[in-house]
Amino acid sequence: MARYFTEEHEWIEVDGETAIIGITDFAQEQLGDVVFVEVPDTGAEFTKGAEAAVVESVKAASDVYAPIAGTVLEGNSALEDEPELVNTAPEAEGWFFKLTIADKGELEGLMDAKAYKAFCDEL
Amino acid sequence: MNKPINQSGWKPGTPVASDGSEHPTVTGNKALMLEEALIFEIGGTDTCGVDLPETPTDLPSRLGDFGRKQGTGLPGLSEPETVRHYTRLSRQNYGIDLGFFPLGSCTMKHNPRLNEKVARMPGFADVHPMQPTDTVQGALGAMNELAHWLIELTGMHSVAMSPKAGAHGELCGILCIRAALEARGDARKVVLVPESAHGTNPATAAFAGYATEDIPANKDGRVDLEALKERLGPDVAAVMITNPNTCGLFERDMKAISDAVHEAGGFVYCDGANFNAIMGRVKPGDLGVDAMHINLHKTFSTPHGGGGPGSGPVVLSEALSPFGPLPFTARTDDGYIHLVEEENADEYDHTSAFGRMTAFHGQMGMFSRALTYILSHGADGLRTAAGDAVLNANYILRQLEGDFDAPFAASGPCMHEALFSDEGFAEGFSTLDLAKGLIDEGFHPMTMYFPLVVHGAMLIEPTETESKAGIDQFIMAMKSLGERVKAGDEALKSAPHHAPRARLDEAQAARKPILSWMRDEG
Repeated sequence: MARYFTEEHEWIEVDGETAIIGITDFAQEQLGDVVFVEVPDTGAEFTKGAEAAVVESVKAASDVYAPIAGTVLEGNSALEDEPELVNTAPEAEGWFFKLTIADKGELEGLMDAKAYKAFCDEL
Repeated sequence: MNKPINQSGWKPGTPVASDGSEHPTVTGNKALMLEEALIFEIGGTDTCGVDLPETPTDLPSRLGDFGRKQGTGLPGLSEPETVRHYTRLSRQNYGIDLGFFPLGSCTMKHNPRLNEKVARMPGFADVHPMQPTDTVQGALGAMNELAHWLIELTGMHSVAMSPKAGAHGELCGILCIRAALEARGDARKVVLVPESAHGTNPATAAFAGYATEDIPANKDGRVDLEALKERLGPDVAAVMITNPNTCGLFERDMKAISDAVHEAGGFVYCDGANFNAIMGRVKPGDLGVDAMHINLHKTFSTPHGGGGPGSGPVVLSEALSPFGPLPFTARTDDGYIHLVEEENADEYDHTSAFGRMTAFHGQMGMFSRALTYILSHGADGLRTAAGDAVLNANYILRQLEGDFDAPFAASGPCMHEALFSDEGFAEGFSTLDLAKGLIDEGFHPMTMYFPLVVHGAMLIEPTETESKAGIDQFIMAMKSLGERVKAGDEALKSAPHHAPRARLDEAQAARKPILSWMRDEG
């Protein structure tokens, strides 16, 4: 398994042909207390960069983008009742959705944990 | 059965627990600051606020099975109880009539009392939209005159008066643009919206069926002209620009932007919510704008949400005017004001209207107030109001730029609002903490966390309403709070301490809101 990061502060955990996607600890810190999350329906198809989910905090509402193209296997229904999981466990139980990966080539060029940390440090 | 919930957390006749203050009271009242329960908790359902004559209860019902089987459960309060309830609640509220209300982007300016006097004249207040036009010539005349002045002040060709709010006006303008494009057989798909625009702009474009794309801001906080030019093409229907923008800056390249958009066959929509900063100084028509809404409740001092919807007339360029919505007023040489509707549109050569925005003619209560503001100020007065609003904002910007990070202070003078970021705050302290401290100091907080391009944004708009003494008081409070938030004063984390309620759990209120009150049956 490998974990990738994007400049939009999302993480992608790749396991074979599927990927789990969520927002990073840095992102939840910036958003503040998350009060609502809308995850995509199973079967939804996204192109790379398409708006896939919505996260709303006490400060702002933001889109979450599909970092790679694919078809949604499952949205994290736990976030419906417990949006605070995004704050307490952003890179674990607070995941947003699972995708089947359409094109593994799209993973190239994404950051690893070390590169992402360096990216955040510069912000 | 749901558990009964007392949302106010306070009940008449029940001693309150001490709140830890030095001089607790058993009622929870603090001299002139009175506690107040929900209206359902005050009024009993077995009492009635008015004396009704005794009625026999054994009369046969003509409603059959439709008759109500249970009581309504409505609280019965006497008139003085009702008046006191709402007056007490109003005393826990804050408004522009109480003090400085610096909400950036919302333009909370004083509502002159002359406006109110005029709006209450029976010829404006007691008319009905279905009345024959010859019985409402005064009201129609006022509408027609306001339309004239809005066209004059903006340098545009016509105006649609009916939209009921700024965002409604945006939709009206975009629908005009869509109608104009469709009329020439050129249905385009994309609307471009710069980062520095109001958040309603992309929502409007999407609602009208367009895909939206961002245009980045440059480091000055203005639209990146080159990035915009690069994106223009045969698929771009319109560009929506807020000018002055939400960073409080005038878009200096506006004419160049308009020219480029027109050359590419698109239209320019200007969000005119911030027109109060430039009225009497700049005519959007001269900048190449095709459509712009004007928030009468901002620029022209009508109340926000006062007595019904707001009003967002849309001024249109010559190219868009044929597609403007019905109805509108037209004055003939004999002085008579006509209403142009579907039945008589061809007489006025207006057969391409895209439709209507509202059933009737617009918001009369706002029209009479806005016209009063315009006529009582005159051209020189409006020009001065805009100048004073900009001067006040620049005074705040320059007084506070040493205390707070002002990201665009080097971009030149600001327009009507001053923008600061949370840079330099102590670890763990946020704009929210500062805003809560501002409540304790007796001010309504400024707009927070908007625009999004600035971290922890604080957007302050004083308008022309405030005196120098009032602004100096605010600046003193801000300087003190700036020191406290930079020093990491823990007391700020639990502010406000003097408001009727202490710091509320906003996250919990949004996650698990309690929106209904249940009667305590026990």
